[in-house]
Amino acid sequence: MAITLKINGKKETVTAAEGTPLLWVLRDHLGLTGAKFGCGVAQCGACTVHVDGAPIRSCITPHEDVEGSEVTTIESANGKVASAIRAAWEELAVPQCGYCQAGQIMSAINLLETNASPSDEDIDSAMDGNICRCATYVRIRKAIMDAAKTL
Amino acid sequence: MFMHLAKPIYQTPDSQIENTSLEIINVSRRGFVGGATGLTFTLALAACAPKKSESKSKSEAPLPDHSTVESGPLVLISIAADGRTQITNPRSEMGQQVITAVAQMIADELDVEWDKLVIEQAVGDSKYGDQNTDGSTSIRNHINRFRMAGALMRHMLTQAAANEWGVDISECSSKLGTIEHSSGKILTYGDVAKAASKLDVPAEASVTLKRRDQWRYIGKDKPSFTIPDIIHGKGTFGIDVRVPDMVYAVIARPPTVFGKIKTLDDTAALAVPGVTKVMKLPDLQGEVAAFQPLGGVAVIATDTWAAIKGREALNVTWDAGSNANYDSDLYGQELRATARKPGEVKRNRGDVDSAMETAAKKVTADYYAPHLSQAPMEPPAATARWTGDKIECWACTQNPQAARTTVASLCGIPEENVTINVTLLGGGFGRKSKPDYVAEAALIAREVGAPVKVTWTREDDVRHGYFHSVSAQRMEAGLNEDGLPVAVLHRTVFPSINSTFGAADQGSDFELSLGATDSPWNVPNMRVEVGKAEAHIRIGWLRSVANVYHAFAQQSFAAELAHAAGKDQKDYLLDLIGPDREIDLSKDGVIYPNYGASIEEHPLDTARLKSVLDKAASMAKWGRDVPKGHGLGISVHRSFLSYVATAIEVAVDSDGNITFPGVWVAVDAGTVVNPANTKVQMEGGTLYGLSNALYGEITAKDGAVVQGNFPAWRVMRLSEAPHNLEVHIMESDAPPGGVGEPGTPPAAPALANAIFAATGQRLRTLPLLGQKNRLTMAGEG
Repeated sequence: MAITLKINGKKETVTAAEGTPLLWVLRDHLGLTGAKFGCGVAQCGACTVHVDGAPIRSCITPHEDVEGSEVTTIESANGKVASAIRAAWEELAVPQCGYCQAGQIMSAINLLETNASPSDEDIDSAMDGNICRCATYVRIRKAIMDAAKTL
Repeated sequence: MFMHLAKPIYQTPDSQIENTSLEIINVSRRGFVGGATGLTFTLALAACAPKKSESKSKSEAPLPDHSTVESGPLVLISIAADGRTQITNPRSEMGQQVITAVAQMIADELDVEWDKLVIEQAVGDSKYGDQNTDGSTSIRNHINRFRMAGALMRHMLTQAAANEWGVDISECSSKLGTIEHSSGKILTYGDVAKAASKLDVPAEASVTLKRRDQWRYIGKDKPSFTIPDIIHGKGTFGIDVRVPDMVYAVIARPPTVFGKIKTLDDTAALAVPGVTKVMKLPDLQGEVAAFQPLGGVAVIATDTWAAIKGREALNVTWDAGSNANYDSDLYGQELRATARKPGEVKRNRGDVDSAMETAAKKVTADYYAPHLSQAPMEPPAATARWTGDKIECWACTQNPQAARTTVASLCGIPEENVTINVTLLGGGFGRKSKPDYVAEAALIAREVGAPVKVTWTREDDVRHGYFHSVSAQRMEAGLNEDGLPVAVLHRTVFPSINSTFGAADQGSDFELSLGATDSPWNVPNMRVEVGKAEAHIRIGWLRSVANVYHAFAQQSFAAELAHAAGKDQKDYLLDLIGPDREIDLSKDGVIYPNYGASIEEHPLDTARLKSVLDKAASMAKWGRDVPKGHGLGISVHRSFLSYVATAIEVAVDSDGNITFPGVWVAVDAGTVVNPANTKVQMEGGTLYGLSNALYGEITAKDGAVVQGNFPAWRVMRLSEAPHNLEVHIMESDAPPGGVGEPGTPPAAPALANAIFAATGQRLRTLPLLGQKNRLTMAGEG
């Protein structure tokens, strides 16, 4: 059934089977491949996107559930916080393979948007759902702290 | 809309060339310079080919080696009229920043501005020499030919300028993309590129490579080519590839290796909306799996989700086949029993048995480490498109040449008909050296008659991998009155990677040389033995390979001996290593491949081993008092020609929870091309080792892998990582060693030694905190 979603500020009409997770609609139907598939069960966070500003795991979110909401993916996540995060990520060379980093960045943006000066514990709890097998964790922590300082 | 799906092109951040990928796809491969305005150098540099390992026997061919290196591997560099310089990168990028390193090695000698560089990714083709991005080889095996290629090209550009001016080349010199004449005249590389392309490539002897102190890029922290894209969600990974009219496939594979379909009812699967086809894949052929797909049933659909739902709806039963009884618990018991019986001697010095009898004290310990999954965050994925009898594939592969030969062989077509485009890899860790998933895409696409992307789910990746070997090891030592060993026995038992490729019922000389037969201990009587172990699942290499379990046993045992002798771990380890020397393993009858490098260029140098150990100890402020529940542990290991010591401080609470107040790593990797990235690789390698040691465990029951997804297959998360992780790179002008892997082996033993220091519990079985927390189990070990 065709439904219209608001993705990155644009209206997109998609026809996917009922229950198809948003992740596959983004990736396979709309060609937005920034959000990644890592587990399919909301365990790794690679698929994180923002729905009305809040981070969600798009791999378990039926696409019809976000009808009427604003979906933002890594490709068009911007604003002051996103810029600060990206600048810190680049400065500290956080990504290695980079595969999980879209999810890491989307989680980190939300953290700083809701908590301008997070503690270590805040970072642990906000970022623990995002697995990085290259284990860039030490730099992720520092980059979030650095980004917070610039805001 | 599919334009970004072409071969990725990486650009420096400053570069404003072709700033949309839409334009780039319309430029043919190697045609970046756009016709007659520039030139493409194609340099065949036979003399620069890496040396083949002479000690490697044919039976070991499947292991990472250089047997695919042909003489005269090509280095492709193009210079456009405007000076843009395109380098064709033959190595696979999986986060180790090899693109940056290759650019540094070539551009340094070429003497070109960094922001003029554009990187094109090479397809898989033996003309490029060894492309198997494995064994931490990209720098150590290729630095000289990349430097030479840059130098030869610079020489040709200089000669072309000299010709233009009618002067002798000796009056001309290069300066960052320009040629200057002593009179002050200047031409740019772009000005003379076309003329230079008509010159003969000079003999390598006619150019002089720069001195170390003249290096502009090598040894400097040049930034990543890929990070600027990645932080915007732009890099194209294997799983991101899209081609027009493509369909999507997932595969139900037999749960056991060499299992077959017994019955298949696809009615319900075909009724799933979006599913267009169900097809059987060929069963595994022959005696060994090698790079073949595992067989099974492919479900093809209009999107990945429909394919996944279709697979769930399949009604399929399996004939489990010859590996039906594989039970990793029982198998582990067998391995442990084998490790207590004499095996085949692979290193012998002196007379261990006699010396043991006269020893003042005897210490024995048994170690066990389970199978592991590489589990890159991007599971295997590949896309294939047939045009007549030709096929083009896109894949996140570490080994595009093996992908090409595998696809050609399984499809029965000549290699020339197969193009393998290499995407970014979302991690590799050895898994993506095996191109079974590329062959799956090729076979399905041919049957379907449309381009197909095969995606592995996480469960597929964890259950159907090429697993890091399970191992049991027995260590025995006889100590003298001073507590130092007069005799050491190391017996190791593990199914070999070679079993994936041929008949092999015990660890190979190559695997034994990774941390067992190359022991640097200064002990008068020493014996290394290997025991029999058949494989029942596919065994493959994982970051640092056999070094992981061998270093775990050897470096844990060093600390156990120190404890038995009542001495400090670090001081004792220094004594064990003994005087500064280069170890000659051939005297002890060892077949030692030395990672494919010559022993003259890369000796086993105990001075370097001790230096990194001292350095890590001083970084950790070794010997200081630590709070109650804390402990310091240390270990040191040489692998892939690099020396790494790791010191760890753990804090263990009353529930057995572990945190890391600090981790300190010292590395001597010889000449380092990119120090900043070397530090990153040490961080990643260390935490990969800690993650596996803490949580990593793959088990099998009835021939099938038990774990499927996170968290049953558990990996380290951010809250579990150290807050403080420091890396120091030793100054060295030795030839480069590896960087991607050597950080991993010392992590697990340093952790176990730190836990012992903190709690008095000696953990000899990995993982430490797996399905059960071994720290809370009295007597476990």
